[in-house]
Amino acid sequence: METQEEYELIILGGGPAGLTAGLYAARNRVKALMIEKAMVGGLAVYAELIENYPGFPSGIGGIELGQLMFQQAEKFGLKSLTAEVSGLEIKGERKIVKTSEGDLVARAVIIALGSERIQLGVPGEKEFLGKGVSYCATCDAAFFRNKDVAVVGGGNSAISEALHLAKFASRVSLVHRRDQFRATRVFEERARQEPKISFLTNSTVDSIEGKEFVENLQLNNVKTGAKTRLSLSGVFVAIGQRPNTAFLKGLLTCDPVGYIMVNEKMETNVPGVLAAGDIRANSIRQTISAAGDGATAAMFADRYLGQ
Amino acid sequence: MGNTVPVTDATFEDVVLKSTIPVLVDFWATWCGPCKMVAPILEELTTEYSGKLIIAKLDVDENRQTAARFHVMNIPSLIIFKQGKPVTNIVGFKPKATLKKELDAALA
Repeated sequence: METQEEYELIILGGGPAGLTAGLYAARNRVKALMIEKAMVGGLAVYAELIENYPGFPSGIGGIELGQLMFQQAEKFGLKSLTAEVSGLEIKGERKIVKTSEGDLVARAVIIALGSERIQLGVPGEKEFLGKGVSYCATCDAAFFRNKDVAVVGGGNSAISEALHLAKFASRVSLVHRRDQFRATRVFEERARQEPKISFLTNSTVDSIEGKEFVENLQLNNVKTGAKTRLSLSGVFVAIGQRPNTAFLKGLLTCDPVGYIMVNEKMETNVPGVLAAGDIRANSIRQTISAAGDGATAAMFADRYLGQ
Repeated sequence: MGNTVPVTDATFEDVVLKSTIPVLVDFWATWCGPCKMVAPILEELTTEYSGKLIIAKLDVDENRQTAARFHVMNIPSLIIFKQGKPVTNIVGFKPKATLKKELDAALA
């Protein structure tokens, strides 16, 4: 794509926020393009079953929900492009989106690139990737049948990964640095009732050890300072996310962690540039909130375009 | 578009290990989201690396022997075989540009 085709609106990211923004924009007959680097659905594709998205009382798979949202937006004419976004430039009314497929120009941009999972940053983590360290329980749980594993983290992802692993592994230790969990109560209760899951609270990971494959986890009790060794074959890391905002290079006002600051209309400090979903500051980072943000952003982008 | 080659426990020896040019094997499964993300990129790469690299796909659910033989514990795992030996294992989803860099390094 060499030519700089002009769009009214470019939506960066094809997760629940971007797809919902795309749906609303397409229905408003805005000339919009959605850019996604891989497959639509965002981080939700890592969820085996989403049970808190209203309208699906039996839950729905993350991949399936993403596909359905995409179909719905396409049905109303949303255009999409597979490309990686590498930069954004503001030339007044013209917003130039730099991508792996060339530069694209639009009058308004909605940034919905979400967040990515963060790493523990302890010795052994990189070395044992593919040898017992994993960031995706839905992908890799089946390789740990009748083995001992640990999940590190205390939020919904950690609990959901522990519950999924309990279907395969013989023992799942949930390692969390605090004594309280951030996860939804229903989720935590379910994990507490699962006999295969044990809770190791107030514990942080010092290192991941082994010869060729993972064999031990060195733990540190943050209250007592006691060091313990947990012998196991798999370590699943689910300690949280970081926003995908590095490409902005300080262009927009962000919070100290890098999440984009927006007002209640999802507008950033640059007119015509909006942000929606997990990437914005103070998001509760749920599929439903991302979708809601996407709708809001599309509405106010449309209003900006009409000015 | 794409021309990835499906391989199984039965055909792995002939297609992968005896190949005269390097083979990338995508160890994947139907339940794995990131595997679905990487699949269309691999299809595109078959054209871009035509003649230099064969790109094969192995369903780990149906072909557990081969997955176990190469100690596959994460999917997607993209293992590059040269002259019958695994030389590089790329674990997890990588965007196309990153993946190409890793492929070029492995093929150099």
